[in-house]
Amino acid sequence: MFATKDPNRIQLNREGHLKHFITIEGLSRDTLTEILDTADSFVDMSAQQVKKVPLLRGKTVVNLFFEASTRTLSTFELAAKRLSADVLNLNISTSSTSKGETLKDTLQTLEAMHSDMFVVRHSDSGAAHFIAEHVTPNVAVINAGDGRHAHPTQAMLDMMTIRRHKGDFAPLVVTIVGDILHSRVARSQIHALRTLGVAEIRVVAPITLLPRHIEMLGVKVFTHMEAGLKDADVVIMLRLQKERMQSALLPSEAEFYKLYGLTNEKLKHAHPDVVVMHPGPINRGVEIESAVADGPRSLILDQVTNGIAVRMAVMSMSMSGQMAEKNFKAEV
Amino acid sequence: MLMIKNGRVIDPKNQIDQVQDLYIIDGKIVAHDQVDSQIEITSTLDATGKVVTPGFIDLSAHVREPGQTQKGTIASETAAAVAAGITMLVTPPTTSPVVDTAAVAELIIDRSEANGLAKILPTGALTRGLEGQQLAPMHALHRSGCIAFSNAREPVPSALVMLRCLEYAATHDFLVIFKPQDPELTGKGCMHDDTTCTRLGLAGIPETAETVELARCLLLVEQTGVRAHFGQLSCDRSVRMIMDARKRGLNVTADVAVHHLFLTDENVDGFDSQFHVIPPLRSQLDRAGLRHALVTDGIQAICSDHQPHDPAAKQAPFAATEPGISSLETLLPLGLMLVTQQLITLPQLIDKLTASPAAILGLNSGSLSHGAAADICIFDPDLEWQLNNETCTSAGKNTPFMGSNLIGRVTHTLVDGKLVYQL
Amino acid sequence: MVTGTLNVDTLLDKMASELNTLLTHRQIDNPLVIGIRTGGIWIAERLHNALELDSPIGTLDISFYRDDFSQIGLNPKVQASQLPCPTEGRDIILVDDVIMSGRTIRAAMNELFDYGRPASVTLVTLLDLQRRELPIQADVYGGTLTLGPNQQIKLTGPEPLSLDIRQKD
Repeated sequence: MFATKDPNRIQLNREGHLKHFITIEGLSRDTLTEILDTADSFVDMSAQQVKKVPLLRGKTVVNLFFEASTRTLSTFELAAKRLSADVLNLNISTSSTSKGETLKDTLQTLEAMHSDMFVVRHSDSGAAHFIAEHVTPNVAVINAGDGRHAHPTQAMLDMMTIRRHKGDFAPLVVTIVGDILHSRVARSQIHALRTLGVAEIRVVAPITLLPRHIEMLGVKVFTHMEAGLKDADVVIMLRLQKERMQSALLPSEAEFYKLYGLTNEKLKHAHPDVVVMHPGPINRGVEIESAVADGPRSLILDQVTNGIAVRMAVMSMSMSGQMAEKNFKAEV
Repeated sequence: MLMIKNGRVIDPKNQIDQVQDLYIIDGKIVAHDQVDSQIEITSTLDATGKVVTPGFIDLSAHVREPGQTQKGTIASETAAAVAAGITMLVTPPTTSPVVDTAAVAELIIDRSEANGLAKILPTGALTRGLEGQQLAPMHALHRSGCIAFSNAREPVPSALVMLRCLEYAATHDFLVIFKPQDPELTGKGCMHDDTTCTRLGLAGIPETAETVELARCLLLVEQTGVRAHFGQLSCDRSVRMIMDARKRGLNVTADVAVHHLFLTDENVDGFDSQFHVIPPLRSQLDRAGLRHALVTDGIQAICSDHQPHDPAAKQAPFAATEPGISSLETLLPLGLMLVTQQLITLPQLIDKLTASPAAILGLNSGSLSHGAAADICIFDPDLEWQLNNETCTSAGKNTPFMGSNLIGRVTHTLVDGKLVYQL
Repeated sequence: MVTGTLNVDTLLDKMASELNTLLTHRQIDNPLVIGIRTGGIWIAERLHNALELDSPIGTLDISFYRDDFSQIGLNPKVQASQLPCPTEGRDIILVDDVIMSGRTIRAAMNELFDYGRPASVTLVTLLDLQRRELPIQADVYGGTLTLGPNQQIKLTGPEPLSLDIRQKD
């Protein structure tokens, strides 16, 4: 009835290069690999004495966080500064929109500041799409998490961590455990793992925490942890929020930990070389045993380091894509 | 005497489908094809190549007045209605204030009469304030012109209260219109709970949000014997339940919003708020089931479920937008698509827009019988046009069909014999 | 059109000798040789051996400092620059295979200065293609070359080192 149009194409410029980074969906394996390669070069650079590069010198990056977050906000801020950008942090959760100013109005007010890039975190799924569709041309939008829809930078830093430890994606069995229903991280990870061609993606959760027909995204669904962990190469634990106990989704943290918490005992079902990841912040004794979180298999701290490099990568790639688009228009 | 000449007259109630002339005196239809030649013909409408039908009766259309006039008014929306060939609109009680007092019902009817375009048949509230606790003054509302009673999509948590409402309505043989929606199962959902919803990370509305409430209502209807109509069903399962109930002899009917016969949850991809509607667009299987129900008598009528909005209502991330499509003006073209797709015949379509809604409402309308009010729609079934800001008469431009090329357009509409719209 | 030979070894001998003279003249006795990736590193290694220097060579990748970021985008194959010791107060010998517009050298100097303030920078290139867009000159160079509009030159290596003139694709 309507012409089919890939809604995620908004992320790519005329030449197929990144100009916004909103969701993993709709991006090719080549694009994801390019992000990982670029991020690798930034990690090596971070180990140097000089941590700054002038790629975004003279550019203004605005962190628009409608949902409070210290961790993600500070890694984006650090990433922007290491690219020599001027950074403005707007914690909107405390200001105008709570007074009823619409998102569209907020954007128009911000437009007057002539920024070059918005890093957006919002509690509504689709907010990053909305902003990318309504922002002035040549402003790059980076999604720092929208509702339950996507958290693409988190997924990419997870992919980077996996690649740096395991090398090739093809033979891997990756198991994601926890509140898949409410998780934007899980959705983005699933799309990334699928595009990068891992052997098998599994999700493990009680039915109350599984989205309807999640298997259609290309994952194998397990409701029992031991079966889901069997021979897994990578285990990703998701954070369980306290509110879930209040909404009749789970009886108690204790029961969740017993059935779905990651312990050294349960890890015995996995491949002997299994690695453990968690997007953080971790709830010790709820999703994961301290011994595992702090143990030799845990890549949790690596994820944090890689987070800055990945964000530098997508920010510079998107800025480059926007500038190329601008030049293209000028030429025509 | 007005003569409508040479049109293909389709009058399902009287089983007429042929090219003939129509004659109208003093706002009433007096004859088909032959008339006393003594009477002077004062004007003629040439309907050659066009279809002439009773004016459409729309079982669900929001006109937004009183209370939300930034979205639409009785004046603007009745004008849009007649531009779409609709001469009667059944409006929900969800205005502000709610239609639970005679004064509000009378206000609506007075304003629509003053405008002299489409006629409005307001639905009265089933419970006071639509709060689901106390009976609304149904008899007084009926005397003021309410055609039926409904709690719209507002919950009636207590089955006992619902039972009492239905018993009271049955006492006076009032029609109750249900729009079944379980509030807790719906929650904060904004689209059908399935694969697309999972991918987009939106809160989903499972089909049980409709079927659980529908089941409860059907059982209470059965117990009380009240005349019942179920509006804008969205699930295949729902229409099967209606068909089963009718087979058991229950006096229940159902309608579907025309866009549910074409669109599915997959259209929401990309967070397009033009597809944000309640009840939600559901799966391909549901769409197939609804279309099938048109021919197997699971659905007796088609409506627009018109919900005009101001532009800001649709300009936000999906879940923050207001649901609803401005749909008066696509009712006919989409209906005609069902005919082109050979799902139903043209007379069957017209029946579902005229005779059938009239029967549901218990009205002596929706036909071109001798002595009936001359509410007439004349349309060109082959005329190609584009829906855009200029051609869209409604105050609400919120439709995914904005900019689409459509086939089939109303050329003349008469209400009580008076030409109220001409292309 | 070329002055002198395109034989790399011959050019290198000439450069080593001139560099030695220059270093003596400037009284530089502990220079830090830094090569610009990739060709500059091979030249730097040869000079380093010829001058029998002790301190190890540094390598510079200037991809992040290029001024044409908006036209050609980011090169994902960047490798980290590696400087074996601090550059603060050192006499740097900056080495590249070719100088043409001068932009690569400007980027390299920007990057160098982000690491610290050198005492001096001496620029050495194998070839000067004489198509400056910026006022930057080499202190020591092997030879000059003027290329036709459709020609480009490439240094291949690391063993043996040779210069190829090719048609542009």
